[in-house]
Amino acid sequence: MATATLTLKDLEGAVHPDWCPGCGDFGVLKSLKEAILELGIAPHEVLVVSGIGCSSNLPGFIRAYGVHSLHGRAVPVASGAALANHALHVVAVGGDGDGFGIGMGHFIHAMRRNLNLTYIVMDNEIYGLTTGQASPTTSEGHKTKSTPRGNVEKPVQPLTLALAAGATYVARGFSGEQKHLTRLVSAAIAHKGFSLVDVFSPCVTFNKLNTYPWFKERVYKLEDEPGYDSTDLLSALGRSLEFEPRIPIGLLYRTERPTYEDTEPVLRRGPLVDHPLGLDRATLDEILAETM
Amino acid sequence: MATEITVGIAGAAGDGLDRTGDTLARTAARLGLHLFTYNSYQSLIRGGHTWLRLRLSEEEVDNHGDPVHVLMALNQDSIERHAREVEPGGAILFNSARFTCDPSLVPDGVTLVPLPVPELTNPLGKLPPVMQNTAALGALLHLTGFDLEVAADILTETFKKKGDEVIQQNVGVLRAGHEYAARRFPSLGYRWTFSRKRRPVVTGNLMTALGAVAAGCRFYSAYPMSPASFILHWLAAHSERLGVLVKQAEDELAVVNLAIGAGHAGVRAMCATSGGGFALMSEAIGMAGMIETPVVVVNVQRGGPSTGLPTKSEQGDLNQAIGASQGDYPRVIIAPRNAIDCFHSAVEAFNLAETFQLPVIILSDLLLGEHRSTVDPEAVPHDVRIERGEWVTALEESMRNGGYKRYALTPSGVSPRARPGLPGLIHVSGTDDHDEQGVLISDEHTNAAIRRKMHEKRMRKVDGVLARLRAPALEGPAAAEVTLIGWGSTGGVIAEAARQLTRDGLATNQLHFKYLHPFHATEALRILKGCKRPIVVENNFSGQFARHLRAETGFGVDHVLTRYDGEPFEPAYIARRVKAFAGGRPLDLRVEESEARETAYHYIRVHMDDKTRPRRLTPDGRGYAEPVWEVELVSRENGSPAGLLIIGMDTGSIYECREPVASAAGAGRTAERSG
Repeated sequence: MATATLTLKDLEGAVHPDWCPGCGDFGVLKSLKEAILELGIAPHEVLVVSGIGCSSNLPGFIRAYGVHSLHGRAVPVASGAALANHALHVVAVGGDGDGFGIGMGHFIHAMRRNLNLTYIVMDNEIYGLTTGQASPTTSEGHKTKSTPRGNVEKPVQPLTLALAAGATYVARGFSGEQKHLTRLVSAAIAHKGFSLVDVFSPCVTFNKLNTYPWFKERVYKLEDEPGYDSTDLLSALGRSLEFEPRIPIGLLYRTERPTYEDTEPVLRRGPLVDHPLGLDRATLDEILAETM
Repeated sequence: MATEITVGIAGAAGDGLDRTGDTLARTAARLGLHLFTYNSYQSLIRGGHTWLRLRLSEEEVDNHGDPVHVLMALNQDSIERHAREVEPGGAILFNSARFTCDPSLVPDGVTLVPLPVPELTNPLGKLPPVMQNTAALGALLHLTGFDLEVAADILTETFKKKGDEVIQQNVGVLRAGHEYAARRFPSLGYRWTFSRKRRPVVTGNLMTALGAVAAGCRFYSAYPMSPASFILHWLAAHSERLGVLVKQAEDELAVVNLAIGAGHAGVRAMCATSGGGFALMSEAIGMAGMIETPVVVVNVQRGGPSTGLPTKSEQGDLNQAIGASQGDYPRVIIAPRNAIDCFHSAVEAFNLAETFQLPVIILSDLLLGEHRSTVDPEAVPHDVRIERGEWVTALEESMRNGGYKRYALTPSGVSPRARPGLPGLIHVSGTDDHDEQGVLISDEHTNAAIRRKMHEKRMRKVDGVLARLRAPALEGPAAAEVTLIGWGSTGGVIAEAARQLTRDGLATNQLHFKYLHPFHATEALRILKGCKRPIVVENNFSGQFARHLRAETGFGVDHVLTRYDGEPFEPAYIARRVKAFAGGRPLDLRVEESEARETAYHYIRVHMDDKTRPRRLTPDGRGYAEPVWEVELVSRENGSPAGLLIIGMDTGSIYECREPVASAAGAGRTAERSG
């Protein structure tokens, strides 16, 4: 196909990323580009929708259609676009505050729906753009600007929530394992249904606890675990709760069930955006007659 | 003068009032009458009381009017509450096997029509209690001179799915009621000319939905909220047939963002809610303004603030609509006037939203959304004008320098859109301010020059919108003493109030606003300067529109006539208040007798287990910090004295409930009951 000749350079956005040098999000951006190349998808067939936060600046850094929406609303905006044109590859991106804090409600419900879209969360366990407050995934005891005596709240477990809510592809990556991450993102985009890739993407400026070395010491790959079955929900749930001393990365769970688009009768006629507009006289007359 | 009648049906939820009202409305509509009905449910203060008024007329009617000619009372309470309101020449119908009507409640010249329902339906076997309505409907058809067979046909169609037995029972009871009344009571003497032209019986919510569909709405998202939920129910029920994807979402934040996502992808998208949901949508409405995505947001207003009055009408969200979201952004606010206007407003909303790439807010309300009225079928077009605005479908030579500019700075402010998915037109739409291509100018290199031009471009679109909106104009007599100014759903009732005032010697005309933003300030000011006594009439506490009018024109009106008890205006209510103002009488906010009775019903329900009812109300000035109403309570069971309730006339406070001395009610007020 025509895209076979594309290189990473062809997927560069209008501007260079403004992330801090060493930010984990660089790895995620690269993995997303590599996945698009690997899958042979034309850039104009991709719509990347983000919320607000450092990581949500990503749409500006990749050559694809983009919406840089509101804080916490990437998933519903992406969902609306996916329903309106299911021929598009819709990828929602954002941070842990965006997705698991202000956008938590949408996160859970989108997975129940099993819309055919991919959600990549750049999870750095901190609010970076607002200069270092505790986030929903901040560890207990972690001292941040907003928790000077240490965070007293338990961090959310996004993968556990995803499994419970009915996500059909649940994976975790680490931007320090960038090639591994590319495989997860690529399979996520190829997956039919809602795919979540939660990525440890260290904030080198505001999170001095969850650093590259911190993660490197702890992460292990599920595919290296003898006998791990990523189609078994209970095994996946068990692994999703592991955090200390070892943290699993890789594909936790994958299953098949009909997507929302498959079950929506209106979409049988093809992408909504191509449907003709208007109302014929006969139908209108029928409707009016029903009221008489 | 056109013959018309208003039938009031009163009962509790579950009394089958809706279906009876529906059958009567459709009977009248099939006979060729026009109608306007308003259902005041969970009425006033007391829960569980429903008061449906159906105004049926040979001529078009645009509000539910003032009088009640026939009362169909479905429970004892309804007789006691509404019997006094029936006009001379009218009638009161009730099931005499279950209820009684104290003659002292019945105004002179009103016929009492007690119906021994079990007796007259005996031959039809054991029937559910709700059949009393059908018997009463049959009797009503006789009294009003409506065609029995038309109603029988409607019942036959209604119960078609339930089988012959149910049809025969219903039609049998209808005929029995009709026959019984015909034998014993003369008809009320209405002389009708039935055109038998069939007209659809619609609600404002239905017409909003239908207008949206005609305009090509293909995506609708919503979260349940009264009184907007009908739009969700109706579109969901007809989704496949109409080709509209309907999505219920987890909250209104999701709802509006789904619609904006769909709109961004190129589909005509709408969502509807009421005030509370609209508040949650605010931020995203500003996003639609910033990323220039069309979306139509309907707010079917109800009584606020907060949860407020979920089943009551108010025009209380104008400030909210104008103030929705942070910063300045272009948007349109349209307030339709009646059901057919809801249809056209929805069409117009989509055309403006797409032509100018901005959010359009439709401000409806419970009265407008839920009232039923007839419309002429010819007035509902299927082939409405659909204007989709400027689009780019391929990279053109002129764009090569720097590529496609999604936010090109143009004289009109409108930048041609590109549908995501097309090659060569890749762009990012950001909620941070951005340059012509969509590159952010907020984070790394804030740029004042580009910001200024981009802001001006967006706001310039408002001028384009205004140029397309019809300017306001006076209706009614040109030389008037009084001009009544209103907006949205009150257009019809204000028109009738103006006619009543003119008839009574106070020449009154009307200036009504449908387009609230952008605002025809120049034209409005020109008209206002020629008005002798401009009065704003609106269904809220603070006079939100009067303030808006002053902000837009610098013109302050003489008086603001407001209503905020949850009920919509009636024409005589407006006329009375206008006359009081014109006569220099100050506004009297004291608790009226009918309000004191409703307050008593509330107390009885909460503190007396519904075992008593208010009988007589007497004003008294002694013993309290303010004048009070003394409400005599009697037992529902046997009519014996049950206490004296003291209600403040100024504050409405319930001071106390005194228990009666067994022998002499009223004379011996002794013990105090907890109040």
